[in-house]
Amino acid sequence: MSKTYYDPADLRKFGNISEWNEELGSKFFDYYGKVFEEGALSAREKSLIALAVSHVVQCPYCIDAYTKDGLQRGIDKKEMMEAVHVGAAIKSGATLVHGVQMMNKYDKLSM
Amino acid sequence: MALLKSLAARKDDLSNPANQLKFLSNGIFKKGELPLFKDKIAETNHFPLKPKKLEILQLNLGYMCNQVCSHCHVDAGPDRKEIMTKETMEQCLEVIRNTGAHTLDLTGGAPEMNPNFRWFVEEASKAGIKDFIVRSNLTIILANKKYHDLPEFFKKHKVHVASSLPFYKRDKTDKQRGEGVFDKSIKALQMLNAVGYAQEGTGLKLDLVYNPSGAFLPTNQEALQNDFKVALKEDFNIDFNSLFAITNLPISRFLEYLIASENYEDYMYALVEAYNPTAVENVMCTNTISISWDGWLYDCDFNQMLGLKVDSKVQHISDYNEDLLNDRNIIISQHCYGCTAGAGSSCQGTVA
Repeated sequence: MSKTYYDPADLRKFGNISEWNEELGSKFFDYYGKVFEEGALSAREKSLIALAVSHVVQCPYCIDAYTKDGLQRGIDKKEMMEAVHVGAAIKSGATLVHGVQMMNKYDKLSM
Repeated sequence: MALLKSLAARKDDLSNPANQLKFLSNGIFKKGELPLFKDKIAETNHFPLKPKKLEILQLNLGYMCNQVCSHCHVDAGPDRKEIMTKETMEQCLEVIRNTGAHTLDLTGGAPEMNPNFRWFVEEASKAGIKDFIVRSNLTIILANKKYHDLPEFFKKHKVHVASSLPFYKRDKTDKQRGEGVFDKSIKALQMLNAVGYAQEGTGLKLDLVYNPSGAFLPTNQEALQNDFKVALKEDFNIDFNSLFAITNLPISRFLEYLIASENYEDYMYALVEAYNPTAVENVMCTNTISISWDGWLYDCDFNQMLGLKVDSKVQHISDYNEDLLNDRNIIISQHCYGCTAGAGSSCQGTVA
């Protein structure tokens, strides 16, 4: 067994998940491929969204994959970092907005 | 920033093509993790790879260059002294006058640095070749006063200029090609536009060559061309005709970079994963002969740098025979995956 939970080389083996469940694996990869096609949003915009989400869900494989994807698409480092900040802002906002719940509860419980 | 030195000047192990070829056949390929290129193309009955009709004669006028780009597959630079002699040029002219090829493609190094470059272009342009390309690194035009009139010279001989510009932004360009290269390239492009290149009605063609500045593959050529067109027009009022997206092949200084940055395996996996059998049909070695500064014949510029002469009775320009050459098997190795990934890659851009 690997001594670490994450091995960068495992990213190349992502497709292997279909080996243990061909039907669901193929459905997932078909869906995944379709999602990233040019649509109402450009493939470039989708790549930046994916990069931001990769950080929010803290997936090292996804971060590697979408940094490389961005480089291939000519997305520069400023654009990439801004996208990460968008993800970070939503993540911190999501934490902070719960502060309202805390305040409500505090007030409700206080005389 | 000091210029890098070529692998040759550093006497690096990789300056010996045999060591590069050995490296490309060992490791992940020897262990069977990735298939050898010959086995991969055999799956679709493309082995042995055979030429089709000859369309392009590509002449390398020498490895001398004013730049030392970190990705250069030629290992070119100011410290390289290999230059095509006038005698070899005369032999090439004889071939050009009689070839069935419709395109003549001059490359280097910086081909303009060959002392007989202008004489050769003048003579070659009389041969009636349909498309006469000079691959210019752009900065040469500003490198020395004696090159400042190159745009006029190219125009006079109706040369089709193909220029490297890795990106439309300064940081990536300079990182790959050296500090100050971007600003000089922009100036040179403006000079080419000023004499009529890429301007409507002039018939003077100016194409740009993009290659990724790192261990990743190029994206869609059309999308890149559009990004380059918009950015260069908005920021610098520059026009060009087409953009060729070229994949970096894992040889020479780019191979050195891949190994040093520990990107080699991932890069080879990416190339093999992106393998496209349709691209194999049209790889440039099937319609090109590459001629080195000393007159030897190769299937492509990459094989030239790896010292892989054509597999034919005819191996030198002095014995040139197009019919015999067209009957050869093309020599391949794992570097060829670079030309068959995604939409394929050639000196004329994508092929699939």
